[in-house]
Amino acid sequence: MGIIKGVAVSLALALGISSVQAQEKPVGKLKVGFVYVGPVADFGYSFQHDQSRKALLAAMPDKVETSFLENVPEADSERSIESLARSGHQLIFTTSFGFMEPTLKVAKKFPKVKFEHATGYKRSANVSTYSARFYEGRYICGEIAGKLSKTGTLGYIASFPIPEVVSGINAFMLGAQSVNPNIKLKIVWVNTWFDPGKEAEAAKALLAQGADVLSQHTDSAAPLQEAEKQGKLAFGQSSDQMRFAPKAQLTSIVDDWDGYVINEAKAVLDGSWKSQDTWGGIKDGMVVLAPFANMPDDVKAKAEATKKAIADGTLHPFKGPVLKQDGTVAVKDGDNAPDPMILGMNWYVKGIEDKLPN
Amino acid sequence: MRIDLSPRTNRSRLMDGFAPILAFVVAVAIGGVVVAVMGRSPATAFVTYFIAPLSEVWSLQEVALKAAPLALIAIGLAFCFRANVWNIGAEGQFVIGGLFGGWIAVATHGAGGSTFWVLPLMLAVGTLAGVAYALIPAILKVWLGVSEILTSLMLVYVAELLLDYMARGPLRDPAGYNFPQSVTFDDAARLPYLMEGDTLHAGVLIALTAVVVATIVLARTLFGFEVRVVGASPRAARFAGFSDVRLTLAVFAVSGGAAGLAGIAEVAGKIGQLQPSISPGYGFTAIIVAFLGRLSPVGILVAALVIALTTIGGEGAQIDLKLPLDLTRAFQGLLLALVLGADALSRYRVLFVPGTAT
Repeated sequence: MGIIKGVAVSLALALGISSVQAQEKPVGKLKVGFVYVGPVADFGYSFQHDQSRKALLAAMPDKVETSFLENVPEADSERSIESLARSGHQLIFTTSFGFMEPTLKVAKKFPKVKFEHATGYKRSANVSTYSARFYEGRYICGEIAGKLSKTGTLGYIASFPIPEVVSGINAFMLGAQSVNPNIKLKIVWVNTWFDPGKEAEAAKALLAQGADVLSQHTDSAAPLQEAEKQGKLAFGQSSDQMRFAPKAQLTSIVDDWDGYVINEAKAVLDGSWKSQDTWGGIKDGMVVLAPFANMPDDVKAKAEATKKAIADGTLHPFKGPVLKQDGTVAVKDGDNAPDPMILGMNWYVKGIEDKLPN
Repeated sequence: MRIDLSPRTNRSRLMDGFAPILAFVVAVAIGGVVVAVMGRSPATAFVTYFIAPLSEVWSLQEVALKAAPLALIAIGLAFCFRANVWNIGAEGQFVIGGLFGGWIAVATHGAGGSTFWVLPLMLAVGTLAGVAYALIPAILKVWLGVSEILTSLMLVYVAELLLDYMARGPLRDPAGYNFPQSVTFDDAARLPYLMEGDTLHAGVLIALTAVVVATIVLARTLFGFEVRVVGASPRAARFAGFSDVRLTLAVFAVSGGAAGLAGIAEVAGKIGQLQPSISPGYGFTAIIVAFLGRLSPVGILVAALVIALTTIGGEGAQIDLKLPLDLTRAFQGLLLALVLGADALSRYRVLFVPGTAT
């Protein structure tokens, strides 16, 4: 190996190319880079992240400049991330789970550049992770759905059985059970984050099975639109999708990364940045609920009260007793589920009749 | 009226060489106008696109890394296309090679004892899996007369879904919180890096070897002669006693093996684990590369490098000039269309034949 390496290096030198190390140009402005897995025009996940980039620019126009790469395939992302590091970006947000290993690898090569990886679980000295406690919003949605359902059956369109999605389903069900102990939940797994056709089909199937309030953990507005068409109710996803379904959207769980992105940029600028895991919720402004609509005032008031209780810590969506499907106790009476349990959740709560795919 | 292409009888070598250069100049001129309209300097864009990626050791490595799988797959495809056999499914053979080769790495993860055989076994299994997968459309063609264009293409989706299933299901990292990816491979299951910086891996050497071997096989062996004769004149080939059936199977096996090897080299080299998706479309891009390289191994190598260069230059343009991704992709498409068009015009005359189309 050593020989090959030597040959390759001398070849490169012979061609008159000097080895260029990390270019850390002393620039006035902090360059902040973003890597998106989808197109910025998806009106869902990548769109919301790009909103935070714009918010950052608006907040500190004379201190930062930003770049982004969109539609970056996860298996081919290492070079994209490294390009940003090499072109003088000192803070880089890699916004999809699949960028985890490439982010860590590039971060090792550029110890002075700070990396922020969304929704992952591996960190290093210069890689922080961040995500949002979406389950808090799901609990409130469940409560609203439990109150409003006339058929006693709710529908849920789920993407992949990862803990974030499973804990969302559980929180939704617990919220619904808190107001209607006999509520039923039907779940369709579509195995995609974004496929309007499949999502609409799933919505149709759920509505046909008697569900009259839909929730989704996929990114398109198709299920909402289907509910609107059939005069049923539903929740939006990732961003406020009211314009797609003015009569159907009850609220939407909005990812709001603005505050986090701006704070991290400030931390890099004043030298206080350090690697950490951030898991923000309603309290931190990372999980925002779009204005409550299409519901009676008493339901609205109850939802507002629950939101406040979750924000000030008096209510935890996974407060004990929480029972698993088979009746075993997951969280004891008086306890709240610890974070590691929620982060690794791979079981359903009692009352869900679906079988978790694995 | 009918439009015909008739081969030029007295082709000038000068025109043959000059045509792609002319096409390049035209593409750059059109691109320059668009960039200028968008308010950026065309000169800077040219430098970012074509010069910058060639001016650093790192980006040169990235160009080589991106070109390697394209060249390897396209060389395999050249055997098919020269013999008038249309394997459109290299993407699927690539995925299957990566999946089955990667399976060995997952199965031997953490194994004690000597592990020197793991990587060779992975490469062999990946190659053979690609061969076997390519033989499905080949056998369907020779036995049942089914169009290999359709079957090989359809099998791409089967392969992609199989990998998706395996990465989310049986091969998922048990300690990975249900996230859809395998364990990261042990060092014994990774292709070694050739240079400092852990970018350029030995997969590049495999591609270079393929160029040499394919050149010799096509020019100096009976099999190569057979491929060329069948492509140039099927009737003459039959008179010479060459078997259509055997040749179809053979060229499918060669191209499937090359694609499978490229797949496992990508997984064992760059990615280092199995993910639901391992290819940003190399198998399809390689079809363009094969024709751009005029179906000759050396030409294919050059074409693969050009495609890699424009991809990486396009990324630089997004970062440095803030040009949108769609524009950089459109420019890549424009360049390819013009080069292939100019190539055709230099070899054929366009005839407008009066009368109805036949």
